[in-house]
Amino acid sequence: MLNTADILETINMIRQENLDIRTITMGISLFDCVSEDENRLCEKIYDKITKKAEYLVRTGENIEKEYGVPIVNKRVSVTPVSLIGGAHGKDAYIRIARTLDRAADTLGINFIGGFSALVDKGFTDSATQLIAAIPEALSSTGKVCSSVNVATTKAGINMDAIRLMGRTIKETAYLTRDNDSLGCAKLVVFANVPQDNPFMAGAFHGVGEPECVINVGVSGPGVVSSAIQRAGDCDLSALADVIKKTAFKITRVGQLVASEAARRLDVPFGIVDLSLAPTPAIGDSVARILENMGLERCGAHGTTAALAMLNDAVKKGGVMASSHVGGLSGAFIPVSEDEGMIDAVANGALTIEKLEAMTAVCSVGLDMIAIPGDTPEAVISGIIADEISIGVANTKTTAVRVIPAYGKKEGDTVSFGGLLGYAPVIRLNPYSPERFISRGGRIPAPIHSLKN
Amino acid sequence: MKAVISVTGKDNVGIIAGVSAICADKGANILDITQSVLSEYFAMIMLADIDGLTIPFSEFVDLLERYGESRALQIHTMHEDIFNTMHHI
Repeated sequence: MLNTADILETINMIRQENLDIRTITMGISLFDCVSEDENRLCEKIYDKITKKAEYLVRTGENIEKEYGVPIVNKRVSVTPVSLIGGAHGKDAYIRIARTLDRAADTLGINFIGGFSALVDKGFTDSATQLIAAIPEALSSTGKVCSSVNVATTKAGINMDAIRLMGRTIKETAYLTRDNDSLGCAKLVVFANVPQDNPFMAGAFHGVGEPECVINVGVSGPGVVSSAIQRAGDCDLSALADVIKKTAFKITRVGQLVASEAARRLDVPFGIVDLSLAPTPAIGDSVARILENMGLERCGAHGTTAALAMLNDAVKKGGVMASSHVGGLSGAFIPVSEDEGMIDAVANGALTIEKLEAMTAVCSVGLDMIAIPGDTPEAVISGIIADEISIGVANTKTTAVRVIPAYGKKEGDTVSFGGLLGYAPVIRLNPYSPERFISRGGRIPAPIHSLKN
Repeated sequence: MKAVISVTGKDNVGIIAGVSAICADKGANILDITQSVLSEYFAMIMLADIDGLTIPFSEFVDLLERYGESRALQIHTMHEDIFNTMHHI
């Protein structure tokens, strides 16, 4: 039997502490859309996506209404487009991106992911063409998200790809210069990319996935933050327990929504992503959780330790609450999407070097960081190479989503609007990695014995 | 299927009567009520069987919410499963 305190706790989490389901993402395979005829290919892609996901938004809204829990985003991820457009060139890829955008508009979803290439060991011709199409594809569409996997722990790091992505990010920034280089907010460079991630901009429908699947990403930094505040001056063992219990409750809601959405749409349930995904709203910040744990400011010495503990406790609590866990699973630390992170960067408490250290112990990487518009390509590649190395060496997913905001310099503010938020342009190290980056080639896969 | 209807706000005459009337009118069978008043602050939780609803559940949710707004009350109507999954293993 339900008791009053439990009911009030749930209502309070949703109404006061911003508990929500961040996304229901439908993964759709596009393998059966392959065609030598460019028109036919685009037509089949549009038809398949709009048919499979026809009721996605409505079903999400119905579940939201019945259970009283907000479902912020309904999204679609598709098979990495470089795997289905092999018979075509750059221009066809741009057309495919516009087709995806049109399908997203028809469905009423806010993002569609999968304009992606997997080049961890090397480039297929198809992947080369897709990457060449990214800047124009992202500047001429509104909802298409792109990702490129440049490394895995098994294959090592494709440094040619990292060099190329430095240039691609700069071009995308230039082509979307009228919108604070917004295109770069829809482009992620990955190491060890997950195949079932429901979160944008890195979502795609992996090759081992079923025909169609429902993945759900939960949220709830505000709930964890309040629980920590209520716990008072307890020691860290007790605090870890508080976080675990809270994460369990949050994830149970995700599991309920995921299985209900899968049932109603008659699509298999894939995974729940055990995430703490912040928004720029007050009371929905991961940085503020760390501060509630006892740091004067996010970025202070001790931040990495606090984040490591938070991340681990979220996973331990969440894993029992869901039948299948996957995706990125962990606390996210996107700067522009987290009110406390924005504040910490603006105050000089949080630097890119500290953010890099934090990504070694949490999900996902250097995320939504605005950097000066005149940052050289090689420096962007250097940032990527550092971050990707952390993922490869530690057998975890890492990623880079930086925005070299055109015309902006250190200290300026860049605004993307909505959930993407705003960010102060961060300071970068002024020295050049040019010679290292221009060597190209591959960094061999790391050894996994002799661990130190 | 059961729904939990929570009502909070400043206490005044006829809150339970008003909410119950809507339930009766739309075919929701009230199974349980817990209610308290703490220094003028009214809080009620109602469990109702909604299998016999004469309107779609989402409309029932909106109807109660609008009624709440008209009387300066907050009324949330939610499927009981969200509470069961969150608080029971």
